Amino acid sequence: MDQDYSKKSRAQAQSGVETTNAQVIEINDGQSATINSARSRAGAGIEINKVLRNTYMLLSMTLLFSGLTASISMALNMPPMTYLVSVIGGMVIAMFVLPRFANSPAGIGIVFLITGMLGFGLGPMLSMYASLPNGGNIIMLALGGTGVIFMGLSAYVLATRKDFSFLGGFLMVGFLLVLVAAVANIFLQMPVMSLMISSVVILIMSGFILYDTSRIIHGGETNYILATIGLYMTIFNIFISLLQLLGIMGGDD
Amino acid sequence: MDWMQIVAALALVMFIVFLFPRARYMLENSPKGSSSDWMSFLIPVIAIILFVMLLIQLV
Repeated sequence: MDQDYSKKSRAQAQSGVETTNAQVIEINDGQSATINSARSRAGAGIEINKVLRNTYMLLSMTLLFSGLTASISMALNMPPMTYLVSVIGGMVIAMFVLPRFANSPAGIGIVFLITGMLGFGLGPMLSMYASLPNGGNIIMLALGGTGVIFMGLSAYVLATRKDFSFLGGFLMVGFLLVLVAAVANIFLQMPVMSLMISSVVILIMSGFILYDTSRIIHGGETNYILATIGLYMTIFNIFISLLQLLGIMGGDD
Repeated sequence: MDWMQIVAALALVMFIVFLFPRARYMLENSPKGSSSDWMSFLIPVIAIILFVMLLIQLV
């Protein structure tokens, strides 16, 4: 009898607790929706941080790998056409092959292939600058300058958390105009135009660093392989342009 | 004009042709920035210009 009573009272108590919980859930329905929304925001934040961390990790590894392939190219004393062949090959793979493998582990290998090729292509250019009287100084300044520009702009976006998505069209049109000017200058061979093209490329690529980093932190780019190749291209272009600019302004080009 | 310049010009033209539709799409679909947005873009751009000028002085 006592046992029956005990079971009954326990069942009543349990039922009471359930009723109370149901009431709490009902009363706090609005709050729970807010909690769910906060949880999903936190989940998205974690995902964004993961993309950002993976992007910077892969970017640093690919930059080191490019440095290695550039050193090999310099040691092998590769001819100047290596730059052209490597850049065209790297761009073709980046535009037509990489997007197909961007969601698979093979994409990481392709990123290393592209960045390795681009680094290898830099070898003859670096050898040419290194042979100049202050060539070593120019290379180190271009390398350090590129690092400062990239880190400064990335820190600016991460600190302000500004959305630079409005720059997309402006940067793409600016980049196309620079490419048209570059084609014209292949035939015109004007040093002043080369200077202007290099200067504008540095500014446009700086804009792309703001745009790409902002896309990552606002969830616009969730694939770290594509984010890495985008940022790598901006760094590569800034380095080349800075090298040319410092070479021309240094009076030794 | 050597063959490398011709290949470089052709590669750039191909790149322009490939990028043109994307540029047009981005131009039509990018959100419009306010004056404060453009100001937040101009500040780092001016900083970059000054920094590059400093690097040129250091060569």
